[in-house]
Amino acid sequence: MSADFLYGIEVVLNGLMAGVMYALVALGFVLIFKASGIFNFAQGVMALFAALTLVGIMEGQVPFAHIINATFGTELHHFGWEVPAILAITCTVGVMILFAWAVQRFLFRHLVGQEPIILFMATIGLAYFLEGMGDLMWGSDIKTLALGLPQGGSRWIEDATAGLGGDDFYGFFIDKLDMVATVVAIVLVAGLIAFSQYTKHGRAMRAVADDHQAALSVGISLNFIWILVWSLAGFVALVAGIMWGAKSGVQFSLSLIALKALPVLMLGGFTSIPGAIVGGLIIGVGEKLFEYLVGPMVGGATENWFAYVLALLFLVFRPQGLFGEKIIERV
Amino acid sequence: MLYREAGDYKTSYTADSQTFPIAFDRYRYWVVLAVSFLVIPFFITDYLVNALFMPFLIYAIAAIGLNILTGYAGQVSLGTGGFMAVGAYACYKLMTAFPDVNILIHVVLAGGITALVGTAFGLPSLRIKGFYLAVATLAAQFFLVWLFNKVAWFYNYSASGQISAPERMVFGVAVTGPNTPAWASYLVCLVFVTISALIARNLTRGALGRQWMATRDMDIAAEIIGVNPLKAKLTAFAVSSFFVGISGALFFAVYLGAVEVGEVFGINKSFLVLFMIIIGGLGSIFGAFAGAAFLVTLPVFLKLIGVDLFGWPTDLVAHLQLVIVGFLIMFFLVKEPHGLAQLWRLAKEKLRLWPFPH
Repeated sequence: MSADFLYGIEVVLNGLMAGVMYALVALGFVLIFKASGIFNFAQGVMALFAALTLVGIMEGQVPFAHIINATFGTELHHFGWEVPAILAITCTVGVMILFAWAVQRFLFRHLVGQEPIILFMATIGLAYFLEGMGDLMWGSDIKTLALGLPQGGSRWIEDATAGLGGDDFYGFFIDKLDMVATVVAIVLVAGLIAFSQYTKHGRAMRAVADDHQAALSVGISLNFIWILVWSLAGFVALVAGIMWGAKSGVQFSLSLIALKALPVLMLGGFTSIPGAIVGGLIIGVGEKLFEYLVGPMVGGATENWFAYVLALLFLVFRPQGLFGEKIIERV
Repeated sequence: MLYREAGDYKTSYTADSQTFPIAFDRYRYWVVLAVSFLVIPFFITDYLVNALFMPFLIYAIAAIGLNILTGYAGQVSLGTGGFMAVGAYACYKLMTAFPDVNILIHVVLAGGITALVGTAFGLPSLRIKGFYLAVATLAAQFFLVWLFNKVAWFYNYSASGQISAPERMVFGVAVTGPNTPAWASYLVCLVFVTISALIARNLTRGALGRQWMATRDMDIAAEIIGVNPLKAKLTAFAVSSFFVGISGALFFAVYLGAVEVGEVFGINKSFLVLFMIIIGGLGSIFGAFAGAAFLVTLPVFLKLIGVDLFGWPTDLVAHLQLVIVGFLIMFFLVKEPHGLAQLWRLAKEKLRLWPFPH
């Protein structure tokens, strides 16, 4: 096999891995959208906030240290202890549940029955609020997430595949972290599907997604389900935040992956969990291949916009996405 | 007492359908115009112009543009930054290609070019709606910024990849470049704002504006009563992009002077202008001004309080600003979805009955 072809395959493989990362973010969107019809723009910032909180708790940072120091002239920064990863993750999940409750109690309870676009704009406001809050609480410097996740390319795969091509082919380069992310994503999706199929609350969640009124009339508490869904989305955000944080450091740009998740959703359909995965994979592979094949001709960095243009073209032909429910409008 | 219709007899249809039916409003309007044209230019300083007046005026144009698209025609756009970039680069190319033509004409032409680009990116709105469209306009945002970064022709092959405005005169006074007096740049922006607001206000009152609003309220019903959705949506995109393009051109040529596209016209600009019209009030020209004024003065105000009064570091104040803006967006959507414009309307209602509210 020629080296070019093999490199093409490597690009596709890496694209698939990147797609999994996008899908991780997109999952959180789908959960909330299905259950409440809210298009949660803040999902990316939630990932950032969760990762910041995790790092902060692990390293024993004092929350709001910056503002306290500036106001009272103190020199606080760390409590001086380190929290083990498991405990820190549990605490962060707790924080995300608290956040879910607060969002429901103080924001969306007052917006029931508003148009989707108003809800969407409210989540943009929420995103800004949370972003500033994360910076205020934990500081805005780039942090590293020391969870002990494997890093760098896998030597084993590289050595094993080096023999496939000629002399100028050195084997597939595949990031170990991406492989971990893939496994985590599979477990997460399996867990979510099992939860929504086989548990009482999961069934209630699907009932709410199906029809708010009918769910209410059989005694399902909408309020509880929405808090549950936001907590789940917070958990998914934490997982995505850990993966992306381990990949590129916990920093502001983490919140921008939310923007990347949007075309993923449009491609896969807003209401479908498998759609989020497949959409993520298509976008991941598509943009890596496009960058590899066409990028050099037009000056590179096509990854910035390729996903959006692909989604745009796709929408013109199939407005509900690949797996979405057909959009029916009544007058 | 002063603010009421009583005693103000209209004797013609023109008088009856004028923009400000209450006499007090008309006087206020002329006083505001007179103060901003005849008084402020004499007292203005460089600091005031750069920190407050120019950003306010230029964002007001952008907000009027976006408000036409989002507030009146109901098409949410997150591509404002990209369209502002089109205006800026179109203006730059025109300024360097035809140095003898008046800069004001270039700015208007830049608006026209942006209108064409905006219409092209508005085509998908015929198929997709709501936040699907919002995401689709992100394609415009990212693609346009990338294009201006990568294609060297747009920045005249300059080494830095930046564009910088050469000096241009209007009536013998520099309005672009480093030697511009504060009052000149202020007046240029003011003229454009005034004309934009006039055009926008009258468009939204007329047949076209009614078509936009019908499409916004329910596009299928609008189509059934005879509104052509193609025409309504595309004209909304065109008119909106025209204003956004003008604001982009002014932002580049008169305000900043030199622009690096990814930094100045990034996605944040799109959000900023969207926030302006949400806080100011969707579907209101006054709201565009109120929102722009609010979001331009807020950072200045916070800096005064935080940095100068409490002695906080600037990055802390910047974070605090994010929190406050985010909170205000949510607050307005919950408490007053129609924004500052609605508060203004309510205040006027109260004024009409004052001092005998019953």
